[in-house]
Amino acid sequence: MSTTLSSPTRPLQPFSVRHAARLPLMVTATLLIAMFLIGSLLYEGFFSGQVLLNVLIDNGFLLVVAIGMTFVILTGGIDLSVGSMVALSTMLTAWLVEQNGAPLALAAPLVLLVGAASGALMGWVIHTFEIQPFIVTLAGMFLARGLCYTISTDSISLTDPTTTRIAQTRVLLPGGLFISPAVVIAVIVLALAFVVLHHTRFGRTVYAIGGNEASARLMGLPVGRTKVAVYAVSGLCSALGGLLLTFYMLSGYALHAVGMELDAIAAVVIGGTLLTGGSGFVLGTALGVTVLGLIQTIISFQGTLSSWWTRIVIGGLLFVFILLQRLFGGSRPALRRVLGSGRTRPRRPGGEGVGALAERDC
Amino acid sequence: MTPPDDIGAGGRRPARAPGARRLTRHRLFWPATFLASLLLGNVAFTHDFFAVRVQNGHLYGSLIDILQFGAPLILVSLGMTLVIATRGIDLSVGSTVAIAGALACEHIATAKDPGSLPTVLSAITLAVGVAAAIGLLNGLLVARLYVQPIVATLVLMVAGRGVAQLITDGQIISVSSSAYKMIGGGYWLTLPFAVLLAAALVAVTSFVTRRTALGMLIESVGGNPVASRLVGVRAAGLLVMVYVVSAVCAAVAGLMISSNVSSADGNNAGLWIELDAILAVVIGGTALTGGRFSVGGTVLGALIIQTLSTTIYTLGVPPETTLVFKALVVMAVCLVQSPAFRARLSRRRRPAASAPAVGDAGVRQQEVHP
Repeated sequence: MSTTLSSPTRPLQPFSVRHAARLPLMVTATLLIAMFLIGSLLYEGFFSGQVLLNVLIDNGFLLVVAIGMTFVILTGGIDLSVGSMVALSTMLTAWLVEQNGAPLALAAPLVLLVGAASGALMGWVIHTFEIQPFIVTLAGMFLARGLCYTISTDSISLTDPTTTRIAQTRVLLPGGLFISPAVVIAVIVLALAFVVLHHTRFGRTVYAIGGNEASARLMGLPVGRTKVAVYAVSGLCSALGGLLLTFYMLSGYALHAVGMELDAIAAVVIGGTLLTGGSGFVLGTALGVTVLGLIQTIISFQGTLSSWWTRIVIGGLLFVFILLQRLFGGSRPALRRVLGSGRTRPRRPGGEGVGALAERDC
Repeated sequence: MTPPDDIGAGGRRPARAPGARRLTRHRLFWPATFLASLLLGNVAFTHDFFAVRVQNGHLYGSLIDILQFGAPLILVSLGMTLVIATRGIDLSVGSTVAIAGALACEHIATAKDPGSLPTVLSAITLAVGVAAAIGLLNGLLVARLYVQPIVATLVLMVAGRGVAQLITDGQIISVSSSAYKMIGGGYWLTLPFAVLLAAALVAVTSFVTRRTALGMLIESVGGNPVASRLVGVRAAGLLVMVYVVSAVCAAVAGLMISSNVSSADGNNAGLWIELDAILAVVIGGTALTGGRFSVGGTVLGALIIQTLSTTIYTLGVPPETTLVFKALVVMAVCLVQSPAFRARLSRRRRPAASAPAVGDAGVRQQEVHP
């Protein structure tokens, strides 16, 4: 078939695994509750709604970026350029507003447009020239980070009154709690993504491509258009995340969001989305981001643990969830011959498990 | 081995002189030409670019600098080549570089006698041993649990830098050990020791992979896992081996980098070197889809990247913008390697000819490189 050279083919997900696919999500939810309870028991002042809301305030931009990443990973692709796109967006916003005197109302849509357009361009290259998403978005990552430096190698701080006013705005909730406008935007994006992925034709196509691109194409689904759109969504989300980060940091800097692509991928995986595509939930991604945020909160409450423990714990969680996905994510995927790229062996009626095992060791 | 019909669409090109054609179709022709033109371009800006002089019994000059600073990248790319040949990828090498440097420097800094040879040797053994364990973990995840390589190695890419900082306690550890300094900054037989070490490892690797069946087995696993299993190749052992080799190469590179600056920085040592290494491998003509590899091409690729960085410094362009040039080079190389792009190009060039459809080119490419 014509897809042999495109992104690695993925194992077929049988239809009977709906509840099995939700297992990582359950684990994440349980983990979240357990972490919150343990934190509350260990540290004074941990058990409050504001601590949870602060997690969202500090990670609203990551949530938006991770939502975009969810779209891409659901199609079986990957977008390594998001961290750099976030940095480029902060840089562009700061440059336009601070050094060119452009009003924020003009700069923000422009930045979003740049993000969506560069995402779409990467998607187009990936689809048209059948180059692996990994390498195309890697080039995008280099390019965006390099373009940041061509704007300025120093940090540009924002003093524009509109921007600072938005950054200092607090949305008050009942009970004396508050959130930032960024959280509101992130939640709106989450709701939109949920509706788009689960209740529109586009969303079903995203899952179909992730499940099996060749089948999706044979079914007459618009594979090319959808793949381009998915990367455009990811670019748009990273540009929006960049805008939110600009408000959070009140500066544009080429070294903002270094390694954010890893955090976003980790959040998506911990949220129960299969990295091979075709199975996952955008709400799980929100849980994943909250787990990452809670890890940081617990470590800062602990006080004696250094910040690098965050990375180690996230890596450990990633490891556990990847193992979970392998062991429970499909029907006996560990028994199947999915060497490296995850290529499936032809399925024969009956006796797949034992036969595959016996043959593998021949 | 790469069959002579290497360039998919090249067969229908207008005939050139047979000698020239064989030359331009050699798989190292384009990387070598690119490197040569980069080097020659430098002469336009720095007239004594090719000058190599002897000073204190050591060779000095821009070319030697490129070799010396490029040596760690050559090593990391060497391991990466084997991994990519099996259709895998190793994202954890940057973290391994940091961990190896941190372990060795921590060991030497806390030792009673930092300058002595046994201390340095045990530090090296420690670093390489831990790296081998890292490679083993990656390899087992890929070969036994069938986790996608990009995912399996992502775990250590995320966690590894944290581990490196844990080892150095978040500090930059400085060591003053003349024996350790030898690895990355020393000279032997007038040449930088790092260059000799890298050359030796490259020579051993290409000898082992090209003079024994090992290279062919690796290519068969990457080219067609199912077929290689059917002919009885034990893929699991090979996969574990390439990940271990990759991690060990990264560890040696980490020793070189930390030894060159006499300090270990868990945060920044080897940052993004995995991406540079992948880039070097791709420039060298090893396809990311696996199934064939070229050690010579990878060395050329790594040297191209190092020369590019040196050129940027020479031109006085802000060094940070190197990233933009790298991005352009990646895209250009990937497009040239993409069968779909070639098919489009040849179709546009001669619309009358029956150019293969995009899919056909893909299938043919697979058949040509079993």
